Amino acid sequence: MPTQKTIAATGNTVVAEAMRQCAPDMMAAYPITPQTTIVEEFAGFVAKGRVHTEYITVESEHSAMSACVGASAAGARVMTATSSQGLALMWEELHIASGMRLPIVMANANRALSAPINIHCDHSDIMGARDTGWITLFAETAQEAYDNTIMAIRIAEHPDVLLPTMSCLDGFITTHSIDRVCIMDDETVTGFVGQYTPKNALLDIENPVTHGAFAGLGGPFFEFKKSQREAIERSRAVIKDVGAEFSELSGRPFGMVETWGMEDADVAIVVIGSTAGNVRHVARQMRESGIKAGVVKIRCFRPFPYAELAAALSGVKAVAVMDRAESFGAEGGPLFLEVRSALYDATERIPVIDYIYGLGGSDVRLELIETVLNDLSEIAAGAQAPTGLVYLGSR
Amino acid sequence: MPTAKELESSMKPTWCPGCGNFGMFRALKEAIEELAIPAEELAMVWGIGCHGNGADFYNVQGFHGLHGRALPVATGLALTRPDLKVIVEMGDGDGYGIGGNHFIHSVRRNIDMTAIFHNNQIYGLTTGQASPTSDQFMRTPSTPGGVVEEPVNPVGVAVAQGATFVARAFAGDIPHLKEIYKRAIMHEGFSVVDVYQPCVTWNKMNTFSWFRDRVYKIEELPDYDPTDRTKAFDLSMSTFHELTCAPDECKIPIGVFFEEPESFTYQDGLPQLDRPMWKHAEKPRDISATIAAFGG
Ligand SMILES: Cc1ncc(C[n+]2csc(CCOP(=O)(O)OP(=O)(O)O)c2C)c(N)n1
Ligand code: SF4
Ligand SMILES: [Mg+2]
Repeated sequence: MPTQKTIAATGNTVVAEAMRQCAPDMMAAYPITPQTTIVEEFAGFVAKGRVHTEYITVESEHSAMSACVGASAAGARVMTATSSQGLALMWEELHIASGMRLPIVMANANRALSAPINIHCDHSDIMGARDTGWITLFAETAQEAYDNTIMAIRIAEHPDVLLPTMSCLDGFITTHSIDRVCIMDDETVTGFVGQYTPKNALLDIENPVTHGAFAGLGGPFFEFKKSQREAIERSRAVIKDVGAEFSELSGRPFGMVETWGMEDADVAIVVIGSTAGNVRHVARQMRESGIKAGVVKIRCFRPFPYAELAAALSGVKAVAVMDRAESFGAEGGPLFLEVRSALYDATERIPVIDYIYGLGGSDVRLELIETVLNDLSEIAAGAQAPTGLVYLGSR
Repeated sequence: MPTAKELESSMKPTWCPGCGNFGMFRALKEAIEELAIPAEELAMVWGIGCHGNGADFYNVQGFHGLHGRALPVATGLALTRPDLKVIVEMGDGDGYGIGGNHFIHSVRRNIDMTAIFHNNQIYGLTTGQASPTSDQFMRTPSTPGGVVEEPVNPVGVAVAQGATFVARAFAGDIPHLKEIYKRAIMHEGFSVVDVYQPCVTWNKMNTFSWFRDRVYKIEELPDYDPTDRTKAFDLSMSTFHELTCAPDECKIPIGVFFEEPESFTYQDGLPQLDRPMWKHAEKPRDISATIAAFGG
């Protein structure tokens, strides 16, 4: 295994470091809390000549993603970062990137959306973008944010995939807390990500192409969408392979779904992002008081790991889903809808309860997670499951 | 009619000590008091940035929405309630960058409202990155190699686009700023007030003393005619590209560059905008003559 350096750094610092090591040809960005320091640190690398990237500060996120799209269409390896309102403002271009099959890699610092104004962590921004056709990886820790960012380049640029990919980390909790992170050396990362060879780049005068032309009634629009679906389905195998190869190099496991205590669990919590650590901690404690709790962490949200999740949850008696985003008017939050759907084919019907928590950075104390596991163990023992979702810890 | 004191909310401003926003806060409160605008006839809209935190500090009817989108929100408000005095506060990033298109189109629409730009030549709230008005070559955390582009010239753009009131002011001269605010608010049409507002925390170049050494008042220019658009444009260009120069080499004019007192406003173009939307039904149009023409 290649040597690695252990450092103490914030999630944003190591994402910037991962980006430097991936050596994009181009980055266009606009500042927004809590993404800002990713781009500032990267700008520092450019200024010091530690990475040779065309780096441009533009006037908005719409312009940022547009410039990334232009550069990617011209054949460049492109990376950027954003958060919250910035991601929302990119909305139109997110669809252009996936529809034109441009393997842009973007970090997103997960943050609530206005109104009212809030700058803290939840998943409304990224969950709002879940149908834009981007592959979406989530990090629990700064380490995972670093690892995901590097893997994202390989996944996005894989010839079977060619889809933009997002590497998401929780605003402030992961972006700004200092954590222990193992950093690989530059040569290892350079070797791992390889060179990007664009397929249908613009400006190839021998093979001129147009991207994005009208494909209306009678045109190939429908088939374009089908090919996006086929590509994201193919990405499942690529994500697993890239993850396995990366694990070989790093010694750190990677799964679209990662489990703790699921071998003999009666009840389980499904969670995404930084809260997973606290959930595992509480689950471990509750095991001492006899509740056989397990934890399932989702590390890849798009494509959604239905089969892996169903396998992980088979045999449990009750499941709680921790949703850090709303889907107003739906039966539950975005993660709940996916989890319930994944369990539809299970032979035994498993009660699934949705807990909406931590919106706008509201605190998720350990006691709250304890109440979830207590609820679950009562339901597993035959108590009535609550009808409708539960707002965990709201006033 | 609220006094300057009554225009303060119970929240103490959180701007950094010495920030130019304090001078702007005081000047605007005093201008509103002196113009004797009733509280129910005043509405303010803010963009996102340090300036926008004013939403918490003013005790007025207000709206605080998205970065760059204050002007379109104010447009909707002003059209629904043309009876209100609408004052919009924006930052240089907010109003000239991410919301720059709204700036141009608000100027050409000439809806009666006052647009105030807190121009600190930096993104203050996100901690000091270059903005569209940062001087060329300025080093900031987002531009460690220096800003490559030329800054936006807000006064020049507004004048060239046909704005009917264009002024530049300095947050360090509160009495002068207050008088400009009063003229801008009373002007019928879209008023642009670009205010140099030193950000003492992140912009170490364009400081209070830096401006004090350079600003002079347009009113003091012999024979300056603020109704001459060409002269206003000339003046807006005169020192613009030399902001980094030594004090004796360039001077920055502040004051009213241009004013067209009897302009054609958006409200003039749509007669129903002479009253709030909820009063439309009170003054139905008489269409009996038209009906009679069809033998009705
Ligand atoms: C769409 C969007 N992108 C980015 C941000 C982050 N952001 C908040 S304020 C700001 C810039 C503030 O600069 P300026 O408008 O000059 O106001 P100042 O803080 O200097 O008063 C930015 C980039 C945001 N709120 N929304
Ligand atoms: S950061 Fe600058 S603009 Fe913002 S409050 Fe402080 S001094 Fe004022
Ligand atoms: Mg500013």
